[in-house]
Amino acid sequence: MLAFIIRRIVQSALVMLVVALVAFALFRYVGDPISSMVGQETSLADREALRTTLGLNDPFIVQFGRFIGNAIQGDFGISYRLQQPVMELILQRLPATLELALVSGLAAFIFGVSAGVYTALNRRGFLSTGIMAVSLIGVSLPTFLIGILLIWLFAVELQWLPSFGRGDTVALPGGWTTGFLTSSGRQSLILPAITLGLFQMTLIMRLVRAEMLEVLRTDYIKFARARGLSNRTVHFGHALKNTLVPVITITGLQLGAIIAFAIITETVFQWPGVGALFINSVRAVDVPVMAAYLVLIALIFVIINLIVDLLYYVVDPRLRVERGAARH
Amino acid sequence: MSDTKTPSRLFRLWDSDIAYSFRQSPLAIISGVVALVIILAAAFAPLIAPTNPYDPSSLNLMDGFTPPMQENAFTGSTFLLGADNQGRDVLSTILYGARISLFVGFSAVIFAMVLGITAGLIAGYRGGWVDAVLMRIADVQLSFPSILIALLIFGVARGFIPPSQRETMAIWVLIVAIGLSDWVQFARVVRGATMVEKGKEYVQAARVIGVNPIRILLRHILPNVMGPVLVIGTIGLALAIIAEATLSFLGVGVPPTQPSLGTLIRIGQQYLFSGEWWILLFPAVTLLALALAVNLLGDWLRDALNPRLR
Repeated sequence: MLAFIIRRIVQSALVMLVVALVAFALFRYVGDPISSMVGQETSLADREALRTTLGLNDPFIVQFGRFIGNAIQGDFGISYRLQQPVMELILQRLPATLELALVSGLAAFIFGVSAGVYTALNRRGFLSTGIMAVSLIGVSLPTFLIGILLIWLFAVELQWLPSFGRGDTVALPGGWTTGFLTSSGRQSLILPAITLGLFQMTLIMRLVRAEMLEVLRTDYIKFARARGLSNRTVHFGHALKNTLVPVITITGLQLGAIIAFAIITETVFQWPGVGALFINSVRAVDVPVMAAYLVLIALIFVIINLIVDLLYYVVDPRLRVERGAARH
Repeated sequence: MSDTKTPSRLFRLWDSDIAYSFRQSPLAIISGVVALVIILAAAFAPLIAPTNPYDPSSLNLMDGFTPPMQENAFTGSTFLLGADNQGRDVLSTILYGARISLFVGFSAVIFAMVLGITAGLIAGYRGGWVDAVLMRIADVQLSFPSILIALLIFGVARGFIPPSQRETMAIWVLIVAIGLSDWVQFARVVRGATMVEKGKEYVQAARVIGVNPIRILLRHILPNVMGPVLVIGTIGLALAIIAEATLSFLGVGVPPTQPSLGTLIRIGQQYLFSGEWWILLFPAVTLLALALAVNLLGDWLRDALNPRLR
């Protein structure tokens, strides 16, 4: 167990190191930092002196070490485009992205599991067929088209919900801004959350349905029925419980995907989050922001994967036995 | 043997299991026809498109925003699917856009396929540390969504390319980015199949008589692992088309001078609020039909090639 944890942590650290190397290479070798700092009249000697003072003539390893040291302290320099510290920019926009990701992730999980259980229990039902057909569309429609479709229906035709932005936000202590506390904020959240969560919802639903159908065929369900347990107990106490292990794993991994797909949703709905910031930085080749986002998103993914791996190990006893047996 | 005794190649193809399963599946036939029509229409766009939308001399700004099948009040021209904000015929922009979408999609999948097959064959055949390193990279990459990988590769590559060449290089960078984000699937499947095949007698026999390992891989093992590769390739094509459309929609894909379906949707979205729905709707429907048809073809192929489902 301990060896497994250590191996996974070393692996994660290695991934972060590689990502940091890419980010650093981007940072250091795209354009000349000196040219972007000084005017045209600066002499070559002055440029060289500045280069030495800033440590740009140091060996690669020293510079990379300094970059990592700064990154750990959250210092990624100043955005070329917005002329503000990168970390400040990201922290300002992080609440918007996290609130969106949280709401759509929760909605996807709740609706996905309930729809999956329903369609598995009523396989031939009219509603089940309908849900499955809709889920096929949900899987094959690209995220941005779903967003446009929702905007067209609910914002242009019906005019029920706002089509862009985050509505009014309330500043909380600690620099966090929330849209949950105002009605315009809650209304603005609905369409982006559906757009972002629909794909994950169909994924979870199909997974739950497939797992449920699999489990309902097993012997212990037959025995539970033979013991005369009620349908309710069999379905929810026995069947659902055993389907949830893979579902929780996948949902955990999908959390990262939600944050990644937020880039698209945020662009469609002009949501002031980190994803929109990143896209604008790619368009403008704003290297410090790109480097910081790269490191940040990799960190989020590595942490999520690590937790899911460890949870899986804790939840599924078979894994422990197999590994133990394979050892000798 | 004379030709009268052996059935012709065409007949053997028609008579094969795959063709039989295709004829039995209405969904596969419809998807195949839809995909073929769009691909052919895109390939022959210069011949069948009513106008060349990127030839400035054929444009008339007064034609702008002409609704579908209606006569423009000023110029008297009509367009089957309407005209966009610059007076370009929407049908023609779709045909030319689908050309670019399909070009990027096919190129990216072929790139991913070559890369993935090479990595998979080497990893599966050689084993050892080569295998360990390649599969570790694959594992790590697989834990990130491919659209994010493509976006990051695209962003990083853009950073390294001098600004003057960004426009001309964009399409190639896009192909490499989407291809690199998608090679893992091929590599894993090929590696697994190679590991199974390399233990079989025919490979051992080839090895014993001293056939060059590269020749064994390419002539003996590769043909036997191509089935699953084709399935992943088909589904990968749908994914690549959608990935390209997504990146172009986000404004980081192909340059505006070579608009793909994604770019057209991005332009169309700006006119959604003012009621010019046709600029958005028709490119979106084309993209959807194309992606769905290719996806369903992939699903059918997977079932048709799976002996357990026969």
